[in-house]
Amino acid sequence: MQTAPWIILFTPLVAAALILLVGRFSKTLSSTLAIFSALTCCVLSWNLFLSGGEGPKISHTWLSFGPDLIIPISFTLDHLAKVMLLVVTTISPLVFIYSLGYMRDEEGYSRFFAGLSLFLFSMLGIVLADNFVMMFIFWELVGVSSYILIGHYYSKDSAADAGKQAFIVNRIGDFGFMLGILLLWFATGTVVFSDIVSAIPQLGTLPLYLTIACVLVFLGTVGKSAQMPLHVWLPNSMEGPTPVSSLLHAATMVAAGVYMLARIFPILEVVPTAREIIAWVGGITCFAAALMATQQSDIKRILAYSTISQLGYMVLGIGVAPTSDIAMFHLFTHACFKCLLFLAAGSVMIAMHHGVDMWTMGGLRKRLPVTMICFIAGMLALAGCPYTSGYYSKDLIIEWAVVQIPFLGWLAAAAAGLTAFYIFREFFVIFFGKERSSHAEHAKEQPITMLLPMLVLAIFAIFSGWPFIQEHFFTLERPEHVPHNLHPFLYGMFFGGAGLATLLYVKAAKDPVNIPLFANRLYIDAVYDWFVKNIQGGGAALLSWADRWVIDLLIVQVPSKLTWACGFALRFLQFGNIQAYAFFFGAGVVGLIYILISTK
Amino acid sequence: MPPSCFIEHPMPTLAHYLIVSGLLFSIGLAGVLLRRNILIIFMGLELMLNAANLSLVAFSRFNLLPDGMPNYNGQVLVFFIITVAAAEVAVGLAIIVALFRAKQTTHVEDLNTLKF
Amino acid sequence: MSFVALAAVFVTLDAYFIAVVQVLVYAGAVMVLFLFIIMLLDLREEKTRRVRLSAWVGGGLVIGGFVSALVQVISSLPGSGNTKPVVSNPEANDVALVGFTLFKDFNFPFQIIGVLLLVATVGVVLLSRKELK
Repeated sequence: MQTAPWIILFTPLVAAALILLVGRFSKTLSSTLAIFSALTCCVLSWNLFLSGGEGPKISHTWLSFGPDLIIPISFTLDHLAKVMLLVVTTISPLVFIYSLGYMRDEEGYSRFFAGLSLFLFSMLGIVLADNFVMMFIFWELVGVSSYILIGHYYSKDSAADAGKQAFIVNRIGDFGFMLGILLLWFATGTVVFSDIVSAIPQLGTLPLYLTIACVLVFLGTVGKSAQMPLHVWLPNSMEGPTPVSSLLHAATMVAAGVYMLARIFPILEVVPTAREIIAWVGGITCFAAALMATQQSDIKRILAYSTISQLGYMVLGIGVAPTSDIAMFHLFTHACFKCLLFLAAGSVMIAMHHGVDMWTMGGLRKRLPVTMICFIAGMLALAGCPYTSGYYSKDLIIEWAVVQIPFLGWLAAAAAGLTAFYIFREFFVIFFGKERSSHAEHAKEQPITMLLPMLVLAIFAIFSGWPFIQEHFFTLERPEHVPHNLHPFLYGMFFGGAGLATLLYVKAAKDPVNIPLFANRLYIDAVYDWFVKNIQGGGAALLSWADRWVIDLLIVQVPSKLTWACGFALRFLQFGNIQAYAFFFGAGVVGLIYILISTK
Repeated sequence: MPPSCFIEHPMPTLAHYLIVSGLLFSIGLAGVLLRRNILIIFMGLELMLNAANLSLVAFSRFNLLPDGMPNYNGQVLVFFIITVAAAEVAVGLAIIVALFRAKQTTHVEDLNTLKF
Repeated sequence: MSFVALAAVFVTLDAYFIAVVQVLVYAGAVMVLFLFIIMLLDLREEKTRRVRLSAWVGGGLVIGGFVSALVQVISSLPGSGNTKPVVSNPEANDVALVGFTLFKDFNFPFQIIGVLLLVATVGVVLLSRKELK
């Protein structure tokens, strides 16, 4: 078992390399390699989980800058890592199999699978990483894979721009992340997680320093997990193919931010101020994103805002709960049902020939029954219908939030109502009513390669939250002194939201509710545009002026013209008369001799 | 009665040799600076080299090594200088011949086209 | 003739090998080469040209400065009053000793000199070729 982590980590990378080599010749070989590598990782991860124990500690020193900084390549296989491994490696093969059907007629088939394998490698690196630097490296690699996969249809301008935006916005968060890592290293002298955690008690006298470091590290999560204000890239990342949206931008990559917070949870425990900040960011994101989702009309974008909102829940969970298991539980269930919802949306899209506007759909319940059933499973879990997995996990987070920071707790509970509203809205508009376009009239069900993963995920989505299943993975505590009206309120939110959506949308031909503020995503995109155009543009103009007038003129032109002028003046010494040259030579020598004599 | 200079300075000192070397050098330098025929200038150049040789041999003889023998490094250097001078004369004269073929003159003021 | 006189001065300095080399190379080869070139160039009588005063003044100044510097330096040299010191072995074979020094301590420069002569020969042959029409 010593080699298991290495195999898990590197099999996808090898698969990606092989796919790039052979992909030109055989499409089936590419997909087979990718699926095979994903299944290998899955089997090995379950094996590791079921065999229990802490797992072997593996560590190689990779870079060493004296005793001050040692960067090992080492894996950690504690309980948190094993559970996350399960999430990543179980969902990945399902999505890969789904892609067989989804991408069958697309161009760039092999390139896609190579990108997916590269992503899997990077994500596993984040999960298995034992120290900050290794995690940061794989963090960036995940960003690169995301960029490649979002821009898969590279000839579309919107896709290329979306990829760029994702990477750049991520980078802003990573800047803070790096600063946080440096601060923590400076204080403790090490970058390994377990060593930092054990060094924390001695740093108890520096709470402000630690708080700042933790908030900076949290910036990385804000970027990667699309919290406000760096959430703008996630909706645009829907330009990528749907399997990418489901795997990266719902289940795994965006959850990496939450995973990282769970990793440093022991450090966060000693800085309550930082945890409050984290909780507030999470709570506000959760509510605002839910608001924005209620007015979108692109089926994938609704799910994207939903993802942002649920990630807000997870971050809120990190901020208010006593252990990280509570947020990780929601990550676990969210991965199942959100991935399922995306796969179902993808199935609908293919049936509609890549149409995404839900107002062109309608009445698909008759034509896509299996897809509808899967969508219902995911929808109920997301909305928090009692007895589905989503209910258990979301409920727990809201309970803790109400106990710790009541305002945020009730805000999150209200967001639960909004969640039910928007997802039921989407369901009814897509599957009910009359067909609103010719594509809708001719839609037909998808092949089994796409349906089977969805059905498997549907089972997970419903049942993975049930107590007798989740106790194998997590240890969850419930808070005491929960207000008595919380549970009825949550039930009311669910039924109220669902009911309102049913009333408004089950027979609607166009959206009866029109709130431009939400439809335009709280105008945050406009703020960014203004910022980039004016502030950054202004800065660029200033630098350009400096470059032309200061650098080019003063620093480059003046010396060059001066040199040329000197050369021109000296040219006149070339008389052509040999004896004149000899004269100058002799005079110089005599002068030198006199100088030497006089100084002796 | 011979002049007293013959009696009072029977043995030449180092200073005498060095003065001779210096004067030879000045004569060569004068030839280079003041004569107008390129071949004469070249001969002046050779004279300067010889002056240097003389000075080197004088030092070699007058500064003895600890074991009492002259320091032959000076004489070896003179050997090299003679060799190099010979090679230089050959090449220089070849250039002068080529110049003469082009310009039909050996007057140095006519060789003035290499200027700004 | 001045070269031969210089060879005689070398003899007074007990540098017999150098004296002979001087006569052989300078008086025997270099001067002969000069004479050949002068004959080859077939010089005509030059028209006397106007003497430029500035050139003579400048040259005179340089020469004068050099000679005065020379006298100053030599008079201040500490060993310049010495007569020839006595050699420990006056009957030593001058040629053999120079040879030893040349081939033992200065072997590498000696080889380089050989290459230099080769280069000079090739260069001269190249320079004196008539242009092919």
